[in-house]
Amino acid sequence: MRHVACIGAGMTMFSRRLKETGKEMCFEAARMALDEAGLELSDIDTVVCGSAPDAFDGIHMKGENLLDGCGGAKKPYMRVFTGGGTGVLAPIAGWWHVASGVSDVCMVICEEKMSSCFPHPQSAFAHIWDPILERPLQPNLVWIFAMEMNRYMQVHNISKEDIALVSVKNKGNALDHPSAQLAAKITVDDVLNSEVMAWPVQRLDISPPSDGAAALIFAAEDKVGPITDNPVWVEGVGWCIDSTMWTNRDLYFPQYVARAAKMAYRMAGIHNPFKEIDVAEPYDPFDYKELHHMEGLLLCKKGEAATLTKEGVTQRDGDLPTCPSGGLLGVGNPIAATMGVKACEIYWQLAGKAEKRQVADARTGVCQAWGDLMQYSSVMVMRS
Amino acid sequence: MTRVAIVGAGCTDFRSITPEVSWKEIMYKAASRAYHDAGVDPRRDVNSFITCAEDYWEGFSIFDEFTPDQVGAVLRPMITTCGDGIYGLANAFMQIKTGLMDVVAVESHSKISDLITYRDVVLFAFDPVYNRPLGGHPYYIGGLEMRKYLQKTGATEEDCAHVVVKNKKNAMKNPMAGHEADLTVDQVMKSQPMFEPLKKLDIAPLSDGAVVLVLACEEKAREITDNPVWIRGVGWASDTCWLEQRQWWRAVYTEIASKNAYKMARISYPRKEIDFAEVDDKFSYKELQHIEAAQLCPPGQAGRLVSEGYFDADGAFPVNRSGGSLGCGNLIDASGLQRALEVVLQLRGEAGSRQLDGETGVAVSWRGVPTASGASIVLGVDP
Repeated sequence: MRHVACIGAGMTMFSRRLKETGKEMCFEAARMALDEAGLELSDIDTVVCGSAPDAFDGIHMKGENLLDGCGGAKKPYMRVFTGGGTGVLAPIAGWWHVASGVSDVCMVICEEKMSSCFPHPQSAFAHIWDPILERPLQPNLVWIFAMEMNRYMQVHNISKEDIALVSVKNKGNALDHPSAQLAAKITVDDVLNSEVMAWPVQRLDISPPSDGAAALIFAAEDKVGPITDNPVWVEGVGWCIDSTMWTNRDLYFPQYVARAAKMAYRMAGIHNPFKEIDVAEPYDPFDYKELHHMEGLLLCKKGEAATLTKEGVTQRDGDLPTCPSGGLLGVGNPIAATMGVKACEIYWQLAGKAEKRQVADARTGVCQAWGDLMQYSSVMVMRS
Repeated sequence: MTRVAIVGAGCTDFRSITPEVSWKEIMYKAASRAYHDAGVDPRRDVNSFITCAEDYWEGFSIFDEFTPDQVGAVLRPMITTCGDGIYGLANAFMQIKTGLMDVVAVESHSKISDLITYRDVVLFAFDPVYNRPLGGHPYYIGGLEMRKYLQKTGATEEDCAHVVVKNKKNAMKNPMAGHEADLTVDQVMKSQPMFEPLKKLDIAPLSDGAVVLVLACEEKAREITDNPVWIRGVGWASDTCWLEQRQWWRAVYTEIASKNAYKMARISYPRKEIDFAEVDDKFSYKELQHIEAAQLCPPGQAGRLVSEGYFDADGAFPVNRSGGSLGCGNLIDASGLQRALEVVLQLRGEAGSRQLDGETGVAVSWRGVPTASGASIVLGVDP
């Protein structure tokens, strides 16, 4: 297996971007990553695209449509798609393009444009259900996450106040992120007083739909030297899917996250994640999901994530800075393009390029994405 | 780095309608046949799973959700790639090459008979600003492209009709095929004009079916089977997505994909070093275009050669012995995997009455209108 390094990253502003097409956002992110790496498109030999449901853009075979914006024209160009898990799975696919020896320099672009979905991207989610067992009930994504949150709170006896701290932290962290959509200085009371969507989920527990793109460039070890003297290495990758039948499992613990994490840690030679990991970017589309995923990532014992959060361990200056970017809650949730606040953020943190968001002495970082019907997880471990 | 082999293959029959089974059931059937063929237990021996699918073909918003159970991938690594089956093989090949995975299963299927608005869904793949508003049946792109190809190369509509006659006749010997026929060039020429110069019989009819191939690293492959088929090279590529910017007579994506696959396979003279080919023929002229792009004959000569019988089953260089998409049916993104499957069966000597001689074969795919994307894979009995 060839050693693979991240050598450049870019991400656009996350917001409602009606004036730009998906292609244009891809181009913008790609250009930023190429500039950071000091490369031109001709230096890239393969391109990976990550984008989630075609229904958002209303374009069938969306990957084919985005390919020129991604720089994929007249090149080997591949799209991977695992729902919300795409944000970290796409960089994993970039990793195997290079680690396999097939490609020397691979650019990964993730894009999502949700604002074109009218009246709201939730309408695209009406078609993610089993057509016989679930679709006739006309479920809504917030409902099922409410069930999961409720179950998690009940099993571990965790309060809404403790969970709201995650939203407060992440939206606060996002104040330092130049791409942030919903950065804000809020209090626990603001979260608890916000509109109830589906109990126990309230408006400020949820990340906003967003438009944006992100890019990350990977290079083989023997190509890194001339390009950068500050590479960040991909040390471990893992991904896992659980059964479609989400109704058949206990939602209090994400087994599939733990499996993906163990796979990545085994590869990276990590035995005690809490001690060995310096910075984490778990997927946080809802505030409880950060806690749920910290446990899935084995960064703490089951039920302990809320305590760590209350004790300030997950703050940027804590022992385990978690979502220092501001995460999806603060920066925005353009499904696949959240690569920008997960994989790209860990790269920037470990390369010492995170500017105002920089955490101290970070050598090893983990990022994770989550998707499908509460069933998919992708995990990547990086080291400087 | 380890070499990679195909050690198991399974498929369903390819049929124009399959109301008695769901897409999950055809996936299950192809997968269980492939695992049985390889002699592996998916819950114990397969490390990673890949499916090749597009949301709009499936009628779901996130189709990836519905992939694990029926192929045995629950709580295991699995991904969906939005490409045709050979893209899936390429991902599996890379995963094994990294050393992270030993055995990987690749699935692709078509349940296109469930789709009652095929025309509209294909139109949704057109650029929403410049091209989609023009409407019409999207196959007009095929008509325009065929016209340009014939004009540039001097190939004739009769040459294209020969492709149809050959492939549908080849399919007579393929028990999986669903659109076999014994036709004459005259009958093809007289079939209904559709998107001039494309005629009804020049167009591969849509079909349902599923294919699963199991890949393994060298060490595992030698344990699992005495009959591995080695992946010698694989390539995939896209031309520009803008219809207005393409060179319509050339399949540039196949040129790049094949060049990369041959380079990996250390093949310098494809026509001499490869014994037979399975190339995409969703439209009859596409077979000719892809043969030329894959350097299997000199540029502009495929039309003349097909009419001379050069690509016949008993010709100098057999192409689409399986019957191709014209004979088996257009399996959408499973078409590429069906081609790779045929090459595997031929190289194993398991192709029954359609058995060819040869030790190296190539499969070439195209993702269909309006894309300019496709892949090539070179398979051999020797690594």
